[in-house]
Amino acid sequence: MKSAVIVFPGSNCDRDLAVAFEAATGSKPEMIWHRDTDLPDDIDLIGVPGGFSYGDYLRSGAMAARSPVMQAVARAADRGAFVLGICNGFQVLTESGLLPGALLRNAGGHFVCRDVALTVENAQSAFTSLYDAGEAITYPVAHHDGNYFADDATLDRLEGEGRVALRYAESVNGSARNIAGILNDAGNVLGMMPHPERVIEAAHGKTDGQRLFKGIVEGLLARA
Amino acid sequence: MKASIFVTLKGGVLDPQGRAIQHALSGLGFDGVNDVRAGKLIELDLADGTSDEDIDAMCRKLLANTVIENYRIEKVA
Repeated sequence: MKSAVIVFPGSNCDRDLAVAFEAATGSKPEMIWHRDTDLPDDIDLIGVPGGFSYGDYLRSGAMAARSPVMQAVARAADRGAFVLGICNGFQVLTESGLLPGALLRNAGGHFVCRDVALTVENAQSAFTSLYDAGEAITYPVAHHDGNYFADDATLDRLEGEGRVALRYAESVNGSARNIAGILNDAGNVLGMMPHPERVIEAAHGKTDGQRLFKGIVEGLLARA
Repeated sequence: MKASIFVTLKGGVLDPQGRAIQHALSGLGFDGVNDVRAGKLIELDLADGTSDEDIDAMCRKLLANTVIENYRIEKVA
């Protein structure tokens, strides 16, 4: 199983995500620099990490979304590779058009950095299959621009198609319909603001994120 | 040739920055500020002859996120 983590200038969760990928897949992911124009053809899983790519210039994720490597990520996603965007990675995925909507400044204006209660809305996706539908889990968040926005028609479509993977179970950032993570229409791209890679080891205090990474691996193995 | 691009949040999109500015104005004693919306001004210094279509494409592809923002192009000779 081949995985990769994209690294932009200003990414700061890339190494945490690499540790999570390695723990789940059993092999080290390739770290891919933002100027690279190609990914390995047989790549199975791509992580777009959190951080402050390009210093959040213009809009969070805007510059990263136009970097050369993101075209390669889009091609890989088209081929069916799994793409997981976390925090700034979610912003990059919406800015690049791989996921609908946009992430606005938090409604309260504050940077929110704490554990938050989440509900697993769709437990049948390739990313969430090891959770129960409606299960209450806790992941940390750390973001300033996590307020998910899309027009009502898009929100209705996401809900109707089971593409809301995770929802906040408490007030966090003003997100439309409390959306914390969404899937693309093919179900192989997930973007989420909370950080599952920060809760995968007993030493982290919680391990709720472990099953996300294990589930991805099981999904990939089942497909192979 | 120069062009000024004004990027503003669409009507229904929440603007916490605008709201904070409004509160600050009110704190300075400026009453009667009903609403504040903050945007961006991006100034482009362009090669002569850059087409309107190209400037528009720059706005759509990068300078504005049309999911949440509107843009207005003002060309300066």
